[in-house]
This record gives sequence, C-alpha cells and structure tokens, in this order.
Amino acid sequence: MDNTVNFLLLLVILLNFFILGSSRLVSCIRTVAIQGGMLSLLPVLAHGFSGHTLFLAAGAFLLKGIAIPFLLFKAIRQVRIRREVEPLIGYVPTLILGTLATAGSFIFSDRLPLIAEHSQSLFVPVGLATLATGFLMLITRRKAITQALGYLIFENGIFVFGMLLTEAMPLMVETGVLLDLLVAVFVMAIVMHQINREFSTMNIDKLSSLKE
Amino acid sequence: MENNLLALILLLPFGGACLAFALPSDRLRPWLLPLCGSLHLVLTFVVIQAGPLSAANGWLGIDPLSRLILLIISLLFCGCSFYALGYLRYRISWGNRIFVTCLLLFLFAMTLAAMARHLGILWVAVETTTVSSAPLIYYNRNRLSIEATWKYLLLGSVGIALAMLGILFVAYAGLAGGGHVSLQFDDILHGAATYSRPWLKAGFVFLLVGFGTKVGFAPLHTWKPDAYGEAPGLVGALLAGGLTSVAFLALLRTLQIMDAASEAVMAREAFLAMGLISMAFAAVFVIRQPDFKRMLAYSSVEHMGILAIGVSVGGIATFGAMFHLLNNALTKGVLFLAAGNIHRRFESKRVGDVRGAIILLPFSASLFLLGFLAITGSPPFAPFISEFTILQGIFSGGHYVTGGLFLFFLAVIFIGMGSTVLSVVFGNPPEKKGDENYRETLATTGAPLIMLLIILVLGVYLPDPVRRIFADAAALLEVRP
Repeated sequence: MDNTVNFLLLLVILLNFFILGSSRLVSCIRTVAIQGGMLSLLPVLAHGFSGHTLFLAAGAFLLKGIAIPFLLFKAIRQVRIRREVEPLIGYVPTLILGTLATAGSFIFSDRLPLIAEHSQSLFVPVGLATLATGFLMLITRRKAITQALGYLIFENGIFVFGMLLTEAMPLMVETGVLLDLLVAVFVMAIVMHQINREFSTMNIDKLSSLKE
Repeated sequence: MENNLLALILLLPFGGACLAFALPSDRLRPWLLPLCGSLHLVLTFVVIQAGPLSAANGWLGIDPLSRLILLIISLLFCGCSFYALGYLRYRISWGNRIFVTCLLLFLFAMTLAAMARHLGILWVAVETTTVSSAPLIYYNRNRLSIEATWKYLLLGSVGIALAMLGILFVAYAGLAGGGHVSLQFDDILHGAATYSRPWLKAGFVFLLVGFGTKVGFAPLHTWKPDAYGEAPGLVGALLAGGLTSVAFLALLRTLQIMDAASEAVMAREAFLAMGLISMAFAAVFVIRQPDFKRMLAYSSVEHMGILAIGVSVGGIATFGAMFHLLNNALTKGVLFLAAGNIHRRFESKRVGDVRGAIILLPFSASLFLLGFLAITGSPPFAPFISEFTILQGIFSGGHYVTGGLFLFFLAVIFIGMGSTVLSVVFGNPPEKKGDENYRETLATTGAPLIMLLIILVLGVYLPDPVRRIFADAAALLEVRP
C-alpha cells in the first residue's frame, strides 16, 4: 500500500513541475484538475475503505477534480482567453526555483520527527513541495486566473499533509473545509469576470492603482 | 436550554440571511439588519449572563474570551445595522439583496468563530468571514473596488490556508507526542504538555502568519488599506472592528495552546516583534497620508500592534489589551461611519478635495474629530485608559525599550493622523461642491454617536460587571507556571 501511495505522491510532484513549466492556460487548469482528482484517491489508498475515507474521497474528487475546474473553464470561456500564462519571470527560472523549493521541502521535513508508521511515507515533503509550488504560482504569474490556480495547488498541498491526520479531522469539519474552498473559488470566478468586464483583460498589472 | 441558547444565537443571523435573500423588496430588506442586530445583542447579553456554556460535543462553547469577542461584534454590528438603514436608503437604486445577505452571513460567521471550541470549526468560521465579506467590499462596483476585493480575497484565502497548515501541524504534534489526536480545544490544552516541540513550534509559526494576515499585522497588512479604503464606511467599520477582533481571537487561542505547552516565551516574543513592526509600519505610512480612509486602515494596523504588545507583555497589560479590543472596535466604528458620511458628501476621500467638513456636515465632522482624539489615546475616552494600562504593564515589567518605542510611535501617529484629520475637518469648503443633496440623517449620525458615548462613559467610569468581563478574559491568558 505504501508503495502505491508514494508513487502517487511522486506523480503529484511531477505535475507540480508540469504546471510551473506550462504556457497554456487550458493545460494548466486541466493539470490542476488531474492533480486534485489523483489526490482524492489518497484517503482510500492510505487508510483503507471506510465510510469516512470514501466520503472524503468522493467529496474531494467532486470538488477538486470536477466542480472547481468546471468553474475555472467557464471563467476563461467567458473572457475568451486560451493561451499565454504570462509569467513575471521566465519558465526556466520558475522551474529552477521550483526544484530548489522541492529539495528544500525534503530537507526541512527530515528535521521533523515522524511517528513510526509514517516514517516511510512521503506525505510531509510532498505536501510542503506542493505548497511551495502553489506559492510560486501566486507570486510569479500575472493573470488573476493563474493566481487562483496557485491558490488551488496550495490547497492541494495542505490536503496531502492532512492525509496524515484523517482521524483527527471530523467529517463535518472536512465538509466545511471543502465547501469553503468551493465558495472561495466561486467568488474568485465572479471577481475575475468583473475584472475582465472593467478592464477587458485579466492581467492583474492593471490592478495597480491602489498603492502608496 | 444551554444548547438552545447557542443554537439560537447562531441561527438568528443565518436565518436572517436566508430571509434577506428570499425577500423581494429592496425597501423592506434593510430592516432585517437592525432587527437581527438588536435581537443578536439581546441574546449576547443573555449568553454573557448565563456563565460557561457548552454544546455540540464541546465543539461550541462560551468561555470568558468568547464572551468578550461576542460582546464586541454584537455591539458593533448592532450600531452598524442602524447606520445601514440610512446608507441603503441613500443607495436604493443599487439594489441590496447580496449586500444585506452577506452582512448577515458575516455576522453568522463571526458569531460562530467567537464560540468555536474546535480548531477546525474556528478555521471554517474565519474562512467564511473572508468569503462573505468579499462581496461587501465590492459594493461600489468600480475598478478600484475590484482591485481591493481581489487582493483581499486572495491574501485572505492564502493566509487562512497557512493557518490550516498550522492547525494540522499542531494536531500532528499531538500524534508525534504519543497522545490522542484531537482538534477539540480543551483536549489540546489538556494534552499540550506532551506535544512534540518541533511540530508545535512550526505549527505556531504557520498559525501566526496565517491568522496574522487576517488580523493585518505588518508586513502582512497589504490588503488592509485597499479594502478599507474602497469598501463602504459601514463595511470598513465591521472589518476594522469585527473581523480583526475575531482573527485576533484565533491568535489568542494559539497563544493559549503555547501557554499550555510551556512555550509561552517563544510565542510572546513573536507577538511582541509583530506588534512593534506593525506600529512602526503604521507610523511611517500614516504621515502625509493623502486619503483619509486609508489613514484609518493604517491606524487599524497600529492598534492590532498595540493589542499584540499588550498581550505579549502580560500582567496588567493583558487586561489593558482586552479592554482595548472593545475600545478599538467601537472607536473604529465611529471613525469609519463618520468618514463614510464625509466621503459621500464630498464624493472624494482625498485630503486636498475634502476641506471644511465641519461647515457642511457639522455632526459627522465632529464625530470624526472626536473619534480621532479617542483612537489616538486622548482622555477622557476609554482608549486612553486601555493604552495607559498597557503602557503601565510594559514599564512595570521592565521593558523600557519597548515602552520607549511604544510612546514614540504613538506620538508620531498622533501627529501624522492629526494633520490629515484637521485639514479634513477645518478650513474652507472647496469650490467643487460634491453631492449637495446629501443630508445627515438620524440613522447615519445617531449610530456612531452612541458608540462614541459608550467609549466616553467607559473612559470615565468602568462598571464592575464590565470590568469583570475583561479581567476574566485576561485571566485565561495568564502564564501558569
């Protein structure tokens, strides 16, 4: 079981790099959707079948794999943009930064004491690396939609880490967390639509009138 | 009975929000706000009288800190809800279905956060405050307010996501410490002594940064001037007094955990550093600030810093900080509501365009001026007492450098804010007249007047039951050896 889980987690890291290097918006959204869908397998794979894990897996799959990508696809269709991720810094530097961050996550998680049953798993470093990837997306991309994608990858990282603790998280709280994520993305999609209507572009460098 | 009371105070704003969404009339809908606001205040007083409460497997409950925060948000919301009547009548053509619904949802989320005794519930509630207040900031529907909303939404969401990571780290600290994993707050406090230190400390850092973003500590405050500047004054008041208080409560919960784990020293040093940096940032940006609503945002950064310093120093300063939470919320209410009136009359919030407000809007301008005097700590208003108490705690604890910096920043901010406020209030009104049809009404000046009276009375005389609310809340934050 551990091997399957670790294999899946390594795939998540590969997808992180794919997103950082991708220049097409559509493939970025699709990759984030695939990443979210894959992560939704984790609860069942890591903790076996039970009502709790099945519910969590189904909920995560519906939201991260289907509903949220659907919202984002709808948002870019409305504003008719397809290509150009438009990074503030180039793809190669972003990828290098991503590699450094991933290496850093592995080193940092070595310093945190894991309990015996988790010592072979990659949840902590992969979670942190995904978090760092999301953060990179947030600060190096120019479009509102890529920032929203960064936020989603960020959330995926936390989801990976949360797998260590499914027993601590009651079902109701997890539902609340997922629901809040959906609503946040929903509101973001609406705001993106308004940004586009006002500025005829989703580039956030137009959003720079408010400063000292 | 206990369960019913807590359920009622939660269901009231939630039901109100559903009703507001369903109600078709833009004219009738705003009346739901004072209705829910007043009932919420009544229920809050009942809850405060009732003593410790607990419900839903201990996931919800009322302890002295919840009582204080509940009182703050309920008083502030009640005042703002009456103001909203006047404001929404003025903006009747814009429609208010989303606005009123989100305001009530916002109240619901803040109430839930105040009584949460489970870190997961607390997180969900704080995140809900972000999501439900984002549409409020966008109410003016122009380019600047979109920009502010986007920044607020993104920074708030990322911050709160970091806090989630912090919560998970704290839970794992329990697991790695060999204990039973639970996110129920009392369980955590009970088991914290055995928690694994590296995980707990890493978790604390994430929680501090995450909830610190919501509180608006510098340098994580960048959403604040934009959101407060572009949102309607009423929303600014609720954000500066309500949202920040709730987020600060989340930080105080973190501090309680660190205290229980005997890691208070590290936590308090971090609070002190955050507090001093916030005050320093506020002092730099408040000077020559050309926009009087943004100026209020920096004042909010400053006061969050004061609260953090008060809590970190401990002793009598903690009492001062608890008192200051209430004073800051109500005074910010006065300032933002009055600033909203001035903004509407002059149709500008630039200092150059707005002059002589006292001639055109005698009530609002006087309230703005008195609110400024109150927030900068002038007697006889209550913030003077609370800031003085914090200062007393700092010096009696022997923190002379902190005390000196604290006084220096207060003085700089007083002068910086003073020059902006005085040029807005006095002088000759500009040629460009703004909206000449705008009139002050009972609702738009009465609500801030009552808040000002409360802090005036509390500054002169602090009744014993009120003092006990602050003292009990402060007692929870005392470091136990």
